[in-house]
Amino acid sequence: MPQLIDRRLNPRDKSLGNRQKFLRRTKAQIREAVDRAVRERGIADASKGGAVSIPSDGIREPQFGLSDRGGSRERVFPGNKEFVSGDRIKRPDGGGGGGAGRDGADSGGGEDDFTFALSESEFLDILFDDLELPDLVKAALKDETSTQFRRAGYSADGVTPNLNVLRTMRTSLGRRIALGRPRRMEIDQLEAELAELRELEFDVGNLNRQAEIFMELEKLRRTQRLIPFIDPIDVRYNRFTPTPVPRARAVMFCLMDVSASMGEREKDLAKRFFILLHLFLKRKYERVELVFIRHTHEASEVDEETFFHGRETGGTMVSSALARMIEVGKARYSPQEWNIYCAQASDGDNSSGDTAHCLELLREAILPMVQYYAYIEIAEPPRDEPFSPFLYGRDLWRGYAELAAQASNFAMKRVSDRAGVYPVFRELFAKARGERAAS
Amino acid sequence: MTTAALADPPAAASGLLFEGSEWTFPLMRKAYEAVEDIALNDLGLSVFPNQIEVISAEQMLDAYASVGMPLMYSHWSFGKRFVRDEMLYRKGYQALAYEIVINSNPCISYYMEENTMAMQTLVLAHAAFGHNHFFKNNYLFQHWTDPGGILDYLDFAKHYVADCEARHGAQEVESVLDAAHALMGQGIFRYRRAAKLKLGEYERRRQERLATEAREYSDLWRTVPGAHRAKAQTLSESEATERKRRLRLPEENLLYFLEKNSPILADWQRELVRIVRNTAQYFYPQRQTKLMNEGCATFVHYYIANRLYDKGLITEGALLEILHSHSNVVYQLDFDDSRYSSLNPYALGFAMMQDIQRICVAPTDEDREWFPDIAGHDDWRAVLRDVWANYRDESFVRQFLSPHLMRKFKLFLMADREGEPSYRIDAIHDAEGYRRVRSALADSYTVGAGEPDIEVADVDLLGNRELVLRHNVRNGVKLAESGREATLKHIRRLWGYDVRLDEVAAGAP
Repeated sequence: MPQLIDRRLNPRDKSLGNRQKFLRRTKAQIREAVDRAVRERGIADASKGGAVSIPSDGIREPQFGLSDRGGSRERVFPGNKEFVSGDRIKRPDGGGGGGAGRDGADSGGGEDDFTFALSESEFLDILFDDLELPDLVKAALKDETSTQFRRAGYSADGVTPNLNVLRTMRTSLGRRIALGRPRRMEIDQLEAELAELRELEFDVGNLNRQAEIFMELEKLRRTQRLIPFIDPIDVRYNRFTPTPVPRARAVMFCLMDVSASMGEREKDLAKRFFILLHLFLKRKYERVELVFIRHTHEASEVDEETFFHGRETGGTMVSSALARMIEVGKARYSPQEWNIYCAQASDGDNSSGDTAHCLELLREAILPMVQYYAYIEIAEPPRDEPFSPFLYGRDLWRGYAELAAQASNFAMKRVSDRAGVYPVFRELFAKARGERAAS
Repeated sequence: MTTAALADPPAAASGLLFEGSEWTFPLMRKAYEAVEDIALNDLGLSVFPNQIEVISAEQMLDAYASVGMPLMYSHWSFGKRFVRDEMLYRKGYQALAYEIVINSNPCISYYMEENTMAMQTLVLAHAAFGHNHFFKNNYLFQHWTDPGGILDYLDFAKHYVADCEARHGAQEVESVLDAAHALMGQGIFRYRRAAKLKLGEYERRRQERLATEAREYSDLWRTVPGAHRAKAQTLSESEATERKRRLRLPEENLLYFLEKNSPILADWQRELVRIVRNTAQYFYPQRQTKLMNEGCATFVHYYIANRLYDKGLITEGALLEILHSHSNVVYQLDFDDSRYSSLNPYALGFAMMQDIQRICVAPTDEDREWFPDIAGHDDWRAVLRDVWANYRDESFVRQFLSPHLMRKFKLFLMADREGEPSYRIDAIHDAEGYRRVRSALADSYTVGAGEPDIEVADVDLLGNRELVLRHNVRNGVKLAESGREATLKHIRRLWGYDVRLDEVAAGAP
């Protein structure tokens, strides 16, 4: 009779170990491919896993094989149409000395890239590998709202799926020994002896012994009946208790200048940066909230859609956004309970005299309460003008540069094209943050 | 085959094994019993006990990655296979097999949960009886593999590798396995039959071996500076012969040679090389009998499916579903089709088995002339069983490929000779060509026809320890450049000293 086994419920991911070995081995190439993918992909699927291609050099498994060129060879093919023996067929082009027949098409491969799919979490792991959130100290802040079931010893009642056979048998054994439940072996022995005696010739001693054994057997059997092998009181279940699990949470302020000087291109670059930061925070914190504050000469808190696509005109007053952020922070996100991150994007314009006010706000109120403040300036594509503001920095940039030199949780970078967003992000959050002054 | 199968409606429609397409375990058990009855009592097959496991697509991918085995030591190349197959499967480029069967005792076969009940019946007949019978009875498998011990051995290998990783570092283990994998094709005894490995009592043997090897090893490698070095340079011919004799050179099994004689490998590294070598050897019979094995299994499932229908056990719909899938499997593309890559072993194997049956049952004059032994034989089942037990692909084709089939497949032989400006059709499916085509086709199924014949030719143990490999070049076909240097580098890693590879025309001294 065959053994039919349902394996479908077996643990999954049997190949996980090998898969990880493979990823580890090709880490450098995969990282490059992932970086490339992020640069090329649209915003919406920047974080999705999916196909990546890596050069097959590093993962080739070399073997000795026969050349498909040169030498003499014979091959048998099916499906002859019009050949008769003695026919000559022209060699295919380039087949200098070989290629056995017309099936040359299948021998070309081997140099292609190796393409495979990464899961979303693998993708993000690699994307944010080596990056570290600055100042994670407050990540330990607790928000004890969630509970998880954890194993916590054994209990005498529960549901059948949680039955612990080992424990149950152990208690049962203890009880049987304590109550002196006769073992099977003893009964068997007596029965054997009884059977033996019955075979023997009849005499009084024999009969007495038989009666004795009979009585003994009766007693043992009764005890055995009275003391069950497994009693309900033996049964043990695995116990699970709900345990509160601390959850870290963070809020991310996105600040952006939306005055006329910020065009689609500038907004797109800023958005890319915000998205990366958001993905990154989501990996570290279970809950990340987003606050969008846009500003012209005055600032307002808006939703994401308006933030990126709304149109607004006016002057530029950066301090208004900072003031707004302080307000929102005070009202909803107490620094004692939240990890606060802030990313500001701007083209660097500011009305004259406002920069000093910004610095004051930052120094006095914002930097003490945030974990990290990242400022990126969306620069124009580099040009060859000797005195372009790009080289010397705009008003805001110069002001911030001072601050960056003093404060350790303040960083600034300049981005001028799409491809540059991710490298800049990496630089800002790279693990070794030795020098984080303005570049 | 019973051509009446489709014509006669089944007598007792009530005795059906199953009706819908959903499978359940009780239904599979019922189907198994019916299939078993035909396989054992009608065809007279003899099989290992079956262990039938239903798995999901993901588990099938896992099985693919570990070369079809239920357990395997861990290595990144299996991961590579997994990510590629997974990608191909998820994107729909590649369907998964209906089943996988393992040459073990009990014989384990995996069935996809997606299969319909009719398909499960088909694969039961195919794997649990067709392949199973072949594994149990074919002489190559009997000589070379230990189906009772393979799972224990793989379990040992898996734990041994994991243990080595813990003790010596994953990197170290990986580099040895990488190198050994590169030589898998040269890690086989092709001609000499090694004593059949009793894989079960492996650990004890290993201990013994380590002890003996330690003694021989130190003796062999004791290097005395000065005197010996001078002597090494003036080695006479007879000493070279003596040296080769002691090392049993030439040696075709590179992995075996390196495992026994490498001056730099530690014990655990030798054991890793041995694990790779044993695995390669285990799969060797399968590579030599692909055509026959698939032919046998396909013939068995085809026969059984038709018998089930004749007995009124399956519906016409189920039979048609089975036949549909069957004919997809045995479809042979013509050589000028853009998808053509090689002769389909299912197609040719199945056709040859059927042909043998035909020759027994209804021989023509031509068959009587070509196959006097079996033409008109009164028990085709016995003839087929004998074929399955005593041949491998090469001898099977050489012996049983009939003119009838060569005409049916329209086989022709094309030669590509060095120095000639064009290909030449040497022979086709006509009276002058039959023998030539058949013999060329048999040659192409020869052990290692498509693989280079490389052996250890010499090594100077007392001198610079250079290892000399020799590629016996057949028909002027040299080694491919791609992978050649990288493979040599792997051999250097295992040997520890220089390695040289000479390409010499076969037969030259």
